[in-house]
Formats: sequence, C-alpha cells, structure tokens
Amino acid sequence: MAHDTLPHPVKTPRRDRPPAPAPRHRQFWPRRVNPLAGLGSVLWLAVVIVPIYAMISASLTRQDEALGRNALQPPTRPTLDNYNTVLNSGFGHFLANTAIVAAAVVGIVLVLCTPLAYVAVRTRTRWSGAAFRLFLLGVAIPAQAVVVPLYLMIAKLNLYDSLLAVILPTAAFAMPVSVLVLTGTLRDISEELYEAMALDGASPLRMLFQLTIPLAKGGISTVVIYAALQAWNGFLFPLIFTQSDGPRVLTLGLFNYVSQFGVNIPALLASVVLSGIPIFAVYLVARRALVGGLMGVGGK
Amino acid sequence: MSAPGAAPRTGRPHAVWALPGVLFFAFFAVAPMVLAFLLSFTEWNGLGDPRPVGLANWRRLLDDPRLTQSLWLTVLLTVVSWAFQTVVALLLGVWAAGRQRNRAILSAVFFVPFLLSSTAIALLFYALLDPNFGIVQKDTLGSSNGAFLAIVFVGGWQFIPFHTLIYQGGARQIPPVLYQAAAIDGAGRYRQFVSVTLPQLRHTITTSSVLMVVGSLTYFETVLILTQGGPGTDTAILPYLMYEAGFKSYDFGYASAIASFLVAAATALSLLLVRLSGFGAMRSVREGM
Repeated sequence: MAHDTLPHPVKTPRRDRPPAPAPRHRQFWPRRVNPLAGLGSVLWLAVVIVPIYAMISASLTRQDEALGRNALQPPTRPTLDNYNTVLNSGFGHFLANTAIVAAAVVGIVLVLCTPLAYVAVRTRTRWSGAAFRLFLLGVAIPAQAVVVPLYLMIAKLNLYDSLLAVILPTAAFAMPVSVLVLTGTLRDISEELYEAMALDGASPLRMLFQLTIPLAKGGISTVVIYAALQAWNGFLFPLIFTQSDGPRVLTLGLFNYVSQFGVNIPALLASVVLSGIPIFAVYLVARRALVGGLMGVGGK
Repeated sequence: MSAPGAAPRTGRPHAVWALPGVLFFAFFAVAPMVLAFLLSFTEWNGLGDPRPVGLANWRRLLDDPRLTQSLWLTVLLTVVSWAFQTVVALLLGVWAAGRQRNRAILSAVFFVPFLLSSTAIALLFYALLDPNFGIVQKDTLGSSNGAFLAIVFVGGWQFIPFHTLIYQGGARQIPPVLYQAAAIDGAGRYRQFVSVTLPQLRHTITTSSVLMVVGSLTYFETVLILTQGGPGTDTAILPYLMYEAGFKSYDFGYASAIASFLVAAATALSLLLVRLSGFGAMRSVREGM
C-alpha cells in the first residue's frame, strides 16, 4: 500500500481486488489447490479462535459458575454483570488516558520524524548520514534497558506520575522505526519531481509540504498506525513512571484488575474483551489502511 | 525553522531540520543509555543521590548465577520464538498472498490477536492457563518447561499476525514472471517455494527477523503477568531480572549493570543484522527486481 501513490514505473500489485478481473498471468501461481496449506491455515484458525471464543464465553459467565468449569463450555445463564463491574472500575477513564497518550505520541513522532527523514533522503552530508545511523542503531534499544535512568530523569524533571512521563519516552522509542519507514518511502520519490519544483523556484519547505508529504501518504499512515500501536501497547513506562489513578492508562488499568478482581476471572476477561473493542472498531472501519500500512513495513 | 541558505537552486533542505528530532531522541533514548552505564558504577535506592561504588555491581553481576541462567533463557526464548514465528508467519503469509476469497476472510481473522495489547493477551492466557479455570486443566505455568513454552506460545499468538502480514506484503511483490519461468523449467510447487519465494523474500525475512529478535527482548509484560519469572527463577529473562533488581529490590545500581548488559547485547545484535542484511545501505529494495 505504501507505494501505490508513487509515480514509480515498477509494478505494484493492488491488493484486495475482487478476484475476477485479475490479469491472466496473475492467476498463475495461487490458483491450484494446495491441501497441505489449506489444512495448516485451518489449524492456525483454531489456534486463533479458540482462546478468543473461550474469553468471550467466560466473560459472560456468572462468577459462581466459573470455577471448576472448563473454559470451553458456553455459559448456562449468560450475564453482562462482569462488564458492568469493569465499566464501574474506571475503565472509561483509563481508555481516555490511553487515547490522549496515543494522539500525543503520533503528533510528536510525525512532527519530528518527517523532517528527519526528508533530510536523510535529500541531503547527503556527513551529519545527515550520522543522524540516520543513530536511528538505525536505536531500532534495537529495548525500552527495558533505559527505564532506570529514565526514571531518574523523569523524577528530576518533575514529571513523575503524569501523562507526559508516559508520552515523551514512548514517542522517543517509536522514532527509530518511524524514521526507517519514512526514509524508505521518501527514497522512492523520483529526483525529477524535485528538480521540476526547484526550477519553479520552490523552497525546500514548500517541496516538503506540496510534494513530499502528499506522495508519502502511505509511509506516513504506516507511521501513524505504528506509533499509535506503541502507545496502545505501552506497559512498562506507565508501570514505572505513574502511580496514581489520575494518569493511569488502559494497559496498567487491566494489570491492576488482577489484584482488584482477585479470582473473579470472568470480570478480568470482560476487561480484556472491553479493551479490545475500541481497536477492533477501528479495524473494522479502517482495515485496509491498517493492514496495508503495516504490510508496507515488510515490502521495504 | 526555515534555513533557506542551504542550496536554494537544488532545493535541498538544510540538515538543521533534522535537529529537533535528533535532540529529542538523544535526550530520551540515547542519554539514558549512557546514564544507565554510569549508574552501573553507583549504588542508588531510588531516593537521594547515587553513590559511586566502582566496579562492585559488575563484579557481583558476573558472579551471579542468576545472570548466567537469565542470559541462557533470554537467548533460548529468542531463538525458539524466532523459529516458531518465522516458520508459521512465512507459510501463512505466502499462502495469504494468494487471491482466493476465503484467504481474504481467513487472513482478516488471523489478524485479530494483534488488536489486543500485550497486557490484554498476557491476562487472557493467565486466565486460560489457570489450573482451576482454564482450557488445559493442568498447572502449565507451575512447571518450568510449561511456563517457558507458554511464553513462547503467547508471544507467537500475539506477533505471528503481524509477521504474517509482513510476509504477505513481501510475497505480493514477487514478480509472477519468476514463477512462470520456474514452471517452464519444470519446477514443482515445493521447488518454486525454495528457489523463487525464499530468495525473493530475503529482505522481508531480515526485516521480520530484526523485529522479532528485538521484540523478544520486550516479552517483559508476558513474563511479569504470566509467570512472575517463575516457577522459581525459571523464566526470569534479562529484562525481568533487571525489573526485579530495580523496582522490587530498589537496587538501581545493580539493575543498571544488567541494563547496560542488555544494551550491549541488543546493539551487537542489531549491528550484526544490519551488516548481514545491508539494511542500512540506504538503497531502494526494489533495485534488481
């Protein structure tokens, strides 16, 4: 998806097209039946579906029925009580915090990484090369490795137990992959287009906004999705840098439910189901962008 | 912000444009790495100021039998997870790159686990593996092998959808001409897979492997929620060991020594992978296709 908008001569097959009008040569490889592959994919389907089914069915089970019962059994008297319990335990507040963190992280990453990638691709100086390599190395830094010094820094900056304490490091750690994805996309924009704009006397800034960004939509949407997922998934930074209910994000809220609900596993699973619903809704609406954007990571 | 003095005739941006991003990243990611290394020579309980103690933490670390165990576990977890995820994701991804209708539906379902956060997934399996409640009415997490395999499985369950997608994207970019040529040469399905698909996917395999290897260092949530490093210390991978030393025992100097170790290992790994793959060569992967 990342390259569909690019004026590039290399063929980029469009995805998700109805199968009928595919050109003749395209039918060539997948058409034959492959029983082994079919079997494997059905097997994996079971691996995916069974836990999800067990989770949903358990979340609808009354707590007194839950223990000693096999998780694969459907509930005899389904109930929504567990969902009520969870919704009354700050779920909405945690979700709102996560949304704030995600929006802020996406904003910071886009504002910082777009010019970075632009420079890395468009200028060939020693400095821009060094900056690019810095981010390349950064891809491997696990957040765990720096959490102790970050804790010290966050405390000294007086940010402890605030949403900013989660937002700033999360954004920083989303940057390396974002820079890689963006440089990958920008590199495919042809030099002639820049030259044409330069002849018209366009400034680099104008080129960025009128040429680069419009043509890099695919890469940019990948970065948006990636950064948002990082924020959505974040656990360690919130765990260490926040403490009170005020700035608590959803992942940490879920983690706290373990102690709050104790052995009330149905309520715990209801909280997991609820946490999946918002992003599942996004998935239903924007499936193509989500999937296509992430697919672009591997196309590079 | 605008620095038009650069080279207006070619319209190239000034390198200064990259500065805000570099500074931000340097402050919140690179500086802490350096600081972690410095803190490893101190003793600090989280309150007051760190006190220098020389090499004490490092000596202690090298004598700690838990480090050897943890290191071995981390490597084992990475290798086993990589093998499991690569095999499944590669096969599913290449299969899903085909065009029948049921494939589209199935790949949509395959993607669903990725929509849950690591925390949610760890909690889900925490419940499903509960001996009194779960699918397997056995104390899986109470046995050392069971706990290890559970972590590998849960990691795969979460990340295989993503890597499948990456392979699907990669496989769709393989020109069909290559398959036609192979078929004309009399290559069967298996032969085509080995001689066309795999070599054509080498960049994809590298990208996906880098992400997997780096990602397996972040199985922290899964370990924390599923096993707490247990039974005993049998699933205490390096990041978990670091977390325990720092945020449970408030021994931040020692935790920093473990963290520095982690940074060194991760950096070495990424350098190796970048070398092997030409990932950093700044060239378009479409070249030579």
